[in-house]
Amino acid sequence: MSSESNPVAALVWTFGLMSLFAVGGANSAIPEMHRAAVDVHHWLTDKQFADVFAISQLSPGPNVLIVTLIGYSVAGVAGALAATVAMCGPTALLAYYVSRFLDRSRDARWPAIIQAALVPLSIGLMAASGLIVAQTSDQSWIAVLITIVAAALAFATRINPLWMLLAGGLLGFAGVV
Amino acid sequence: MPPGSPPVAAPAPDASAPSPPHQPGLLELFLAFAKMSLAGFGGVLVWARRSIVEQHRWMTAEEFNETFALCHFLPGPNIVNLSVVFGSRFRGVPGGLAAFAGLVGPPMVIATVLAALYARYGDIDVLRRTLAGVACAAVGLLFAVVFKMMMPLLKRCDVTGLVILAAVFVAIGLIRWPLQIVLLVAIPLSLAVTILTRRMVKA
Repeated sequence: MSSESNPVAALVWTFGLMSLFAVGGANSAIPEMHRAAVDVHHWLTDKQFADVFAISQLSPGPNVLIVTLIGYSVAGVAGALAATVAMCGPTALLAYYVSRFLDRSRDARWPAIIQAALVPLSIGLMAASGLIVAQTSDQSWIAVLITIVAAALAFATRINPLWMLLAGGLLGFAGVV
Repeated sequence: MPPGSPPVAAPAPDASAPSPPHQPGLLELFLAFAKMSLAGFGGVLVWARRSIVEQHRWMTAEEFNETFALCHFLPGPNIVNLSVVFGSRFRGVPGGLAAFAGLVGPPMVIATVLAALYARYGDIDVLRRTLAGVACAAVGLLFAVVFKMMMPLLKRCDVTGLVILAAVFVAIGLIRWPLQIVLLVAIPLSLAVTILTRRMVKA
């Protein structure tokens, strides 16, 4: 129960500002979120933050929902809503205008070149964050095996990936992981 | 592709294959993004690509790569950006809003419920173990998407692209250099290389 002057306003301000600097997606903003929520505002303890991160990774939806969870623990449902909208709104607007601008000048050379140049960077970044996440989630050789099998199946077959998540969950439940 | 097919809503009853580049409607956008979002454990990208490229065929693999790359480098949550850009490309502002609402709305409700549950039952060990197992599989799915997104580069034998891709992976994933610095170097470099290779192809 923090009794800061207005926690909802603090949430909106913090995440609204953060979203504009979060290049590379919500996951690359995690360190900054940790600093804001734990060190600056004392909304969460270190352990609470780690748990919130785990929940956000493992609940369906975009990873940005970690912000929803932080907001919820600060100011209930109002906080959850405010934090989410603050984190998504400004950049969504920006993305809308930038893509419209690029689409309008479709025949010009630059937009196509810029987009083509960004593709390999984007894929490389994702491979890197995959590795970083894997290093925390894959703590045993069975865990690594599950990751490899899931990757191979999802790449080579058209099996619905939900089955692989379900299988992973069952193995975890059984205490194998 | 002009986004403006006539706005007259004439839903052909039992649509027998509409014009080949099928344009999703507002409800269709909302539902598609809600579905991929709710399926997206450990990230929605896996499902977004599956839905947009493989199931609905609203975009080719190349188009998806380029749109996603753009959203990746704009600030903010990139799937959220993608939903807005994608939706508005087909249906203007309402389309962007519909896709955004589908992506964020339903999982937000679920996440809030989960947070409430966690506040009460967070310490149950079985829950943690299960979630840990899901996480392992989820990472695997992410790697699969990375490979799939690499396929257009491989097919084109885009060696420079692949080298840049690998360099970014090593710099961020292995050496752990700060993102900003890597991008500051890699973006101009990749731009220069792209421009040069295009000139050479033309010549």
